[in-house]
Amino acid sequence: MTAFAQQVISGIATGCIYASLALALVLIYRAMDLANFAQGEMATFSTFISYSLIEYWHLDFWPAFVITIVLSFALGVAIERVVIRPFEGKPVLTLLIVTLGLFTVFNGLTGLIWGYVFKTYRGGFPSVPVQFGGLYLNVQDIGVLGVVLVMLLLLYLFFSRTKAGLAMRAASLYPDSSRLLGVRVGWMLALGWGLAASVGAVSGMLVAPIIYLDPNMMQSILLFAFAAAVLGGIESPVGAVVGGVTIGVLMALVGTYIPGGQDLRLAFGLIVIVVVLLVRPAGLFGRAAVRRV
Amino acid sequence: MKRLLGVRPELLGLAVVGSIVLIGLPTVTNQFFTFEFAKVAIFVCALLGLNLLTGYSGQISLGNGAFMAVGGYTTAILVHAIGVPYWLTIPLAAVVAGAAGLLIGIPALRLSGVYLALATFALALSIPPILNHFDTFTGGHGGIVMPPVMAPFGLDLSQEQWLYYLCTGIAILLFAFAWGVVRSRTGRAFMAIRDSETAATASGVSLAYYKTLAFGLSAAYAGVAGSLLAIVTSFINPDSFGLGLSLTLLVGVVIGGLGLNFGAVPGGLLVVWLPYFAEKAGEAGLHIGSLSFAGKPDIFFGAALILIMLFAPNGAAGLLVRGWRWYLSFRTATRLPVAGPVAGR
Amino acid sequence: MALLELNEVVAAYGPITALHGVSLKVDAGGVVALLGANGAGKTTTLRAISGTVQKTGKVMFDGHDISKSAPEQIAKLGIGHVPEGRGTLGQLTVWENLQMGAYTRRDKTGVKADYDRVCGYFAWIPARRTQVAATLSGGEQQMLAIGRALMMRPRLLLLDEPSLGLAPIVVQEIFRIIRAINEQDKVTILVVEQNASIALQAAGQAYVLEVGRVAISGTSAELQKDEAIRRSYLGY
Repeated sequence: MTAFAQQVISGIATGCIYASLALALVLIYRAMDLANFAQGEMATFSTFISYSLIEYWHLDFWPAFVITIVLSFALGVAIERVVIRPFEGKPVLTLLIVTLGLFTVFNGLTGLIWGYVFKTYRGGFPSVPVQFGGLYLNVQDIGVLGVVLVMLLLLYLFFSRTKAGLAMRAASLYPDSSRLLGVRVGWMLALGWGLAASVGAVSGMLVAPIIYLDPNMMQSILLFAFAAAVLGGIESPVGAVVGGVTIGVLMALVGTYIPGGQDLRLAFGLIVIVVVLLVRPAGLFGRAAVRRV
Repeated sequence: MKRLLGVRPELLGLAVVGSIVLIGLPTVTNQFFTFEFAKVAIFVCALLGLNLLTGYSGQISLGNGAFMAVGGYTTAILVHAIGVPYWLTIPLAAVVAGAAGLLIGIPALRLSGVYLALATFALALSIPPILNHFDTFTGGHGGIVMPPVMAPFGLDLSQEQWLYYLCTGIAILLFAFAWGVVRSRTGRAFMAIRDSETAATASGVSLAYYKTLAFGLSAAYAGVAGSLLAIVTSFINPDSFGLGLSLTLLVGVVIGGLGLNFGAVPGGLLVVWLPYFAEKAGEAGLHIGSLSFAGKPDIFFGAALILIMLFAPNGAAGLLVRGWRWYLSFRTATRLPVAGPVAGR
Repeated sequence: MALLELNEVVAAYGPITALHGVSLKVDAGGVVALLGANGAGKTTTLRAISGTVQKTGKVMFDGHDISKSAPEQIAKLGIGHVPEGRGTLGQLTVWENLQMGAYTRRDKTGVKADYDRVCGYFAWIPARRTQVAATLSGGEQQMLAIGRALMMRPRLLLLDEPSLGLAPIVVQEIFRIIRAINEQDKVTILVVEQNASIALQAAGQAYVLEVGRVAISGTSAELQKDEAIRRSYLGY
């Protein structure tokens, strides 16, 4: 029984990583109905930037963390204004292909600048086990959970309590009406991309201490993040977190209790995506249909 | 201007020149280049298939690398474990991969656009681990080694030359078949579905039948490509069939030209030769600061993809068609409209 | 000087030209009705003013040339456009809709005062602040749209068919409020309507559009009196 509980706990921890990247995906999907395939690669790129800040500029983790978030925000805004804006009004599949182009560019750029040798990454939390009534938790995992919950809270406050957050919601749902109210819809989209890039960067900086840092590290995480977003409801931030944790736990159990499960985790992720999309496309917390005006 | 065999003389001339180039190529290039052109032919096969699926029937697939894997492993296993002659495994690979495609096509019926892209993306990512896992069949990480292929009937051809002719010949056959499909009722059904599923259904086109068929055909083509890849490299392992391959296919079909069969040719050329030129450029000293571009074609692929979508959404083939039309209007200014290369060929 | 002036405005939706040279004037403090049959170009004229349609020609607002301005800038200058269909931000609450109306404003006290004024016109609003806007009735959505536009503290209000789809008694109420807004808050109003009779009761001046051009213009008294004009252009 404890072994099972242990797996669940470790699953929740990895699930938080998936949840954080899923949050970034949800942000962009809400802003413009687009599944950003490049989200993971952008996050990897940001994580490498933080790596350089720590290793070459000798910053401590948390200052590097904050600076990277700011830089990633700027990067996200720049990408939207320069790469995405020319495609305004084009069909979503065209944009999808553009994000795949971004995927390839970022992946190549990361490899070009930092190389493909695996690197160790010292994170913000020490990897120290703590005992909690018979179960072992890692300080790092608690830290990850904490960061993800704080992020979720901040996003919630931003969207429900601030003028910019409200304007973003209005602009993504009702761009034409919002323009008539003086909202610069294009910049709202840029803001959305900036936020998503920052959230993605956090996700990368949380996962890099756990697995080695290399240009391809986020690809399988992206798959699980998509699974989490789809399961939770691709427009729901809360759904992303719930979905992420669920997927994390599911994968931990698959890895332990199904023979050869470790290899097949990605395949299970695929199955989750397909089953959810076929059976209940809106996911757990999503809305069935959205009208745009 | 008279038309011979119902085709404009310019096109006929192009065809003759093209044939001479295709047939004569291996005699003037070295082994390495011949081998690379064989790979171009292989990718042309895969791209033709992906084009039928994404370009003509409008179903985006980021996972055709998986079907190449099916074809490749079918060939490798049959040759290695049972000793089937390699050339016989090619049509078998097509059948097996095609069946896999039909199977995948069924759940894909209910997914569209972004969601289909997502599901096929997940498929592409999950294939290498699955292949690694079932290592009793697939030889796992170490892969399967196959006996090298020699020119048959004692023809005086080097290995590379024979492989080149094999792949090019098959590519031409597959091209002709794709051309036929597009001009048939099936092709029209595909395009109707791509342009508007509602209108297609209203016109009596069975979405289920044609959409699944498109997946099956596309997979069969990819299966042939995978099989040829295994034959040509005499080796196969799971790592060759990961996400990178599927993305490469997508890049090739988009830049080559979605919705135009002969887009597979510029697409195939790009996909095989760009990495080579990127490598050469890196060696020649093209760099940003201390970072060399050697061996890093991805950035060019990605940038080219974005630029093409912005400036020439119909890809290289689309540009060629436009150029041809401009040439026609130039040449036949006082004549009635000519039925030139219409989109869809 | 007129607050709003259009000069030979030609507007098109791609290859289809909707306005073939519309010229009109709206004086500050007045209510002007823009009438005409379906497809005459009334909505397009409003879109030409708020910058949401491709056009050539001149649009002057309070001495500024806004012909080439973006919709967001025009909104900031003080033109509040309540579009066809009301443009309700359906998934947001009543309160959030009104907040979005005040998006361009920086003066918190002014915004509060305007909110009180809007509640004065539409007494049901405070009680239903947290209701999702899409669940309001048609009449309530129309009132919310007007209230939201008022939160911009506009100098010119563009109303596109406020009576559309509403019961006659609700329409009367809305036009009563429109007149009040004009008289009490001194907001200039340009209202597009198919229901010519009710529009002419509220307006001082009117233009009648036909196939993208101004066919008739004059004071509403003149138009209401002339039987021939009423029959052929206004349908009653």
